[in-house]
Amino acid sequence: MSRQPYVRPMPKASWYLGNARYRRYMFREVTCLLVGVYCALLIWALAALSSGSPERWGAFLAAQQNTAMVVFHALALVYYLVYMTFDWFKLAPKAMPVQFGEQKLPGSVIVVGHYVAWIVVTLFVLWLAGVLQT
Amino acid sequence: MSIARKSVVWGLFAAGGTLSAFLFPAVIALFLLVALGRVPPGLEFANLQAFAGHWVGKSALFLVIFLSLWHAAHRLRVVFHDFGVRRDKAVANAVYLVAAIGTVMTAFYLYRI
Amino acid sequence: MTLKTRQLELEVLRYDPEKDSEPHFQSYSVSCPEDWAILDALNYVKENLDTTLSYRWSCHMMVCGSCGMMVNGEPSLTCKTFIRDLPDKVRIEPLQNLPIERDLVVVLDDVMEKLQRAQPWIIRQDDPPPVDQEYTQSRAALYKFKQYTMCINCMCCYAACPQYGLDPSFIGPAALAMAHRYNLDSRDQGKSQRLDILADHDGVWDCSFVGACSEVCPKSVDPAAAIQQMKVDGAIEWWKQKLPGGKS
Repeated sequence: MSRQPYVRPMPKASWYLGNARYRRYMFREVTCLLVGVYCALLIWALAALSSGSPERWGAFLAAQQNTAMVVFHALALVYYLVYMTFDWFKLAPKAMPVQFGEQKLPGSVIVVGHYVAWIVVTLFVLWLAGVLQT
Repeated sequence: MSIARKSVVWGLFAAGGTLSAFLFPAVIALFLLVALGRVPPGLEFANLQAFAGHWVGKSALFLVIFLSLWHAAHRLRVVFHDFGVRRDKAVANAVYLVAAIGTVMTAFYLYRI
Repeated sequence: MTLKTRQLELEVLRYDPEKDSEPHFQSYSVSCPEDWAILDALNYVKENLDTTLSYRWSCHMMVCGSCGMMVNGEPSLTCKTFIRDLPDKVRIEPLQNLPIERDLVVVLDDVMEKLQRAQPWIIRQDDPPPVDQEYTQSRAALYKFKQYTMCINCMCCYAACPQYGLDPSFIGPAALAMAHRYNLDSRDQGKSQRLDILADHDGVWDCSFVGACSEVCPKSVDPAAAIQQMKVDGAIEWWKQKLPGGKS
């Protein structure tokens, strides 16, 4: 009896296409591009700010004000919330198990804690930026 | 056998991911407001310069951008691998180099404020 | 009371290493009582329709881990997958990402080696307690690692893990979950030793937290959680070793 094991090939670039679970994972991972884009935008803002000239800062702000940017930011916000922030919170309990005596803290408590902290942080940033003034 | 240097990179990735998960929705919302023409008072030149000029604001901005850059870089490295690009060393060097350049630029601009 | 029956169309991947150059599907039509698991349908095929069909199974009660297969693309224990939860057409293949030995039997050599590499036993630095004494362990200490003891080595997690599929040198979910089980055990003193191997290349860092392993695990071991916790452990351990008094 001779052995001849058969190795099924795995398509290196398209393995995620036929499977909903894997597709969701890829949608999650490409949010790193959004993180990169907003880091670049922030650095661009710092470049304008650090010039010391209010005119250059005004020019930077004006450069943001067009329909393409509005659409991009709106879409990015939704996509980022769903596939980065909310997914990150869902996964957070896995890395930080909490046990009091014999009782394990349910993961849902940690998730809710993240949402509460996120709301606080968001409100703080918006307040710092002066958005919350009536 | 020893603990790989990847432990350090992963630590930066995890910290950057946590920071950007919490903070970037607000950041994106601010960019959206600006794009709509409604620049909030805190983002006007004088106020923002005061914030970024203070050591607390400066450090906060640096930390957020530095860690988020490294998070994005490390994740992009994995994304290349997942999309079938199997040249990990080359990809790693490229993404970390870009993150390093971004970090230096951030430090430089913040120093000037 | 007679149970209703359903006519199921099984599409089973066949492979004879002595005759075939590659696997092919073969169809069987089976009349199944509604309380059957898909393993019962396979047993019916083997007994009545085609005795040449080869597959592993044993306990038929989700404790031995032998009967793992792909059922409609999902890594499953066939004794735990009931036809009432399946459509009329069922595709049955051997566990993904593992080489096919014959029909639905996969080659387990690689995963067996990896399980051992995790050093899944109590490691002591101190002397063990005297022969007439036991290790004492509170219930709280037991609950810290108990879920990771539930692994039955069915390898569904390896079939689900795309990183293992893309690069089989990755040590994989079950091995890492088992290592974590011992790292969390209060009787064990081998965490540094295990991390030296598992936080190295082909260890935890190949995991990108897809999470498929935990979703398919029939015993709710949650290997994905174990791996993330080991990444944290690995990151902390790296710094501990760099401090004065640490190793290397």
